[in-house]
Amino acid sequence: MSPTTPASAALEAAHRPGRLAWPAEQLAAKALDIRRDIITLLAKAQTGHSGGPLSSADFGAALFFHEINVDPARPDWPERDFWHFSIGHVTPVIYSLMAERGYFPLKDLMKFRAFDGHAQGHPSRHDTPGIEVSAGSLGQGLSVCCGVAMAARIDKHPRRVYCVMGDGEQQEGQIWEAAMFAAHYRLDQLCAVIDYNRKQIDGDVQDIMGIKPLDQKWRSFNWNVIECDGHAMPDILAALAAARAHKGQPSVILAHTVMGQGVSYMADDFHWHGKPPKMDQAEAALKELGTSYADWSARLLAN
Amino acid sequence: MATIEIKPTDTEGASNDPRADASITLPDKVEMKKTREGFGRALADLGEQDPRIVVLVGDLSESTMVHWFAEKFPERFIQVGIAEQNMMCIAGGLAAMGKIPFLATYGAFASCRSADQMRVTVAYSNLNVKIGGAHGGISVGPDGATHQAMEEISIVRSIPNMSMVVPCDFWETYKATIAVAKHNGPVYLRFGREDVPVVTQKETPFAFGRGEVFAEGRDLTIIACGVMVYEALRARETLAAQGVSARVVDLHTIKPLDRALIERCARETGAIVTAEEHQVHGGLGGAVAEVVVQRHVVPMELVAVHDRFGQSGKPAELMDAFGLRAKDIVAAAERVLARKPKR
Ligand SMILES: Cc1ncc(C[n+]2csc(CCOP(=O)(O)OP(=O)(O)O)c2C)c(N)n1
Ligand SMILES: [Mg+2]
Repeated sequence: MSPTTPASAALEAAHRPGRLAWPAEQLAAKALDIRRDIITLLAKAQTGHSGGPLSSADFGAALFFHEINVDPARPDWPERDFWHFSIGHVTPVIYSLMAERGYFPLKDLMKFRAFDGHAQGHPSRHDTPGIEVSAGSLGQGLSVCCGVAMAARIDKHPRRVYCVMGDGEQQEGQIWEAAMFAAHYRLDQLCAVIDYNRKQIDGDVQDIMGIKPLDQKWRSFNWNVIECDGHAMPDILAALAAARAHKGQPSVILAHTVMGQGVSYMADDFHWHGKPPKMDQAEAALKELGTSYADWSARLLAN
Repeated sequence: MATIEIKPTDTEGASNDPRADASITLPDKVEMKKTREGFGRALADLGEQDPRIVVLVGDLSESTMVHWFAEKFPERFIQVGIAEQNMMCIAGGLAAMGKIPFLATYGAFASCRSADQMRVTVAYSNLNVKIGGAHGGISVGPDGATHQAMEEISIVRSIPNMSMVVPCDFWETYKATIAVAKHNGPVYLRFGREDVPVVTQKETPFAFGRGEVFAEGRDLTIIACGVMVYEALRARETLAAQGVSARVVDLHTIKPLDRALIERCARETGAIVTAEEHQVHGGLGGAVAEVVVQRHVVPMELVAVHDRFGQSGKPAELMDAFGLRAKDIVAAAERVLARKPKR
């Protein structure tokens, strides 16, 4: 599955001590926890986005618990990889990933979007340690990541750079400015992941403003295009490994996902893009996810 | 965290510092030089002093004069092509990694085309990005309204965390560029296209965040920025011949604003005329007025562009037609003095 041989994996582990490289089964279990976090924090806050965070949970877990080289205790660790969600609205999954990985206590998730918490509605460098660049205006993140990759190039630093984008977000013109830039400068340490859930606020992406054929668009911009089932962990890991192994071009992973994945009544329904579940809906969702609001909120508050 | 920290972003103490005020008298014939050349020369020098300096440009290397830096430090020069929004955020990413990026494009595009990127990625994250906006003002000339940036001050100063400097000539642009590189935080530098009078010298004092009294006076203060500082100094000569003593302040740093100096001028001279090559709404005049109405109310007149787009023409013609000359400052001074309460 992974193109890295055991020997090179050992070598890489030595050079990238902040990379967890968890196996697929463990990651799938973590992704389940992340979905439980997302529903619980949204139920508590009664504000925020459900759909995109749930579709991003699996590749999010793979990024944070397998792929990226970071030290949550030292968010500014010089050796770190850079990760950035250009889709700032998916803060429920971003904060869950960060807390589960140890950037801040899990109990902070219970103050999502609250006046007395740090977890802003959209990620804020000023408020949350580990958020390196604020986001929330779509279309800007890939450019930010190009800047980070250029800095690494100037410093001859092996830093890898991961940028998560939305599929609706592909309608932003600035993304294609950045796509052109990254290919022009052959930023092969850059890996973009697109949450290809086929939905956006007003409906189906293809109806709102069609983006197909997205793979061909990126290919024609001179990117290495990789597709994967964004809910199948081995597939996601293979895609990330392929991106890491590819030289001379930036890579983009089209992660085919389902908006609201993991909660039956949310799945594939664009109405869940930007709203939280009501408390009874949250209970139903958490039941499907094998827990309850009481149990899961207690877990969060205890940590 | 529930209490909101109210921190004044403007400067207070700066103008109380012991300072050697420049006393500037203009010769009849003044040397002419481009402000943007000061930007370009400073970047080339900065590149040597600090390896963190990186320069980005959007297909305007020679007009923004960053080509000197590019020749000396090709590995730290990034050509972005015609993609200003991309460039603003790339600069943000570089700054997040500890670089000191200077981006260069025309002010019209730096301020308006990439305003959202400046607001969200750069300013909200408080990233150490320096934005060089060339071709500010009506004096851009023949290119016409699209290229005559006259909204920059109001846009930039309304965004939290942003600082802004509008230097008056070659030397001041040179010094401002060096100074903002040492300031940690996002800064917008505005400079012009044309050769403009060099009113300062290499030795003239310059401090980021502090206005400079360029000439003393008792009856009113002319507060200006950019090329209007020269016009203000000329206006002062005309007024002196009429027996009016005008103080001239070069308020190059629009933000953080030297409020103490503005208040002192209001108290000591009792009337203020502002002069800027910019729209009247939200510009230098507005910034000064915000201090005056809250600290010490005196009559004010604002010399600026009055809510209209520019047009093609020779720079000198346009400065005349848009009322941005010494004679316009003199007329404003006469109006403000007429409104000044008699002692
Ligand atoms: C520049 C900008 N325009 C509009 C919005 C409002 N907005 C937030 S999310 C969103 C839809 C994004 O669609 P997609 O990228 O598919 O994310 P998903 O809905 O799948 O989470 C929009 C329009 C925004 N945040 N930024
Ligand atoms: Mg979508």
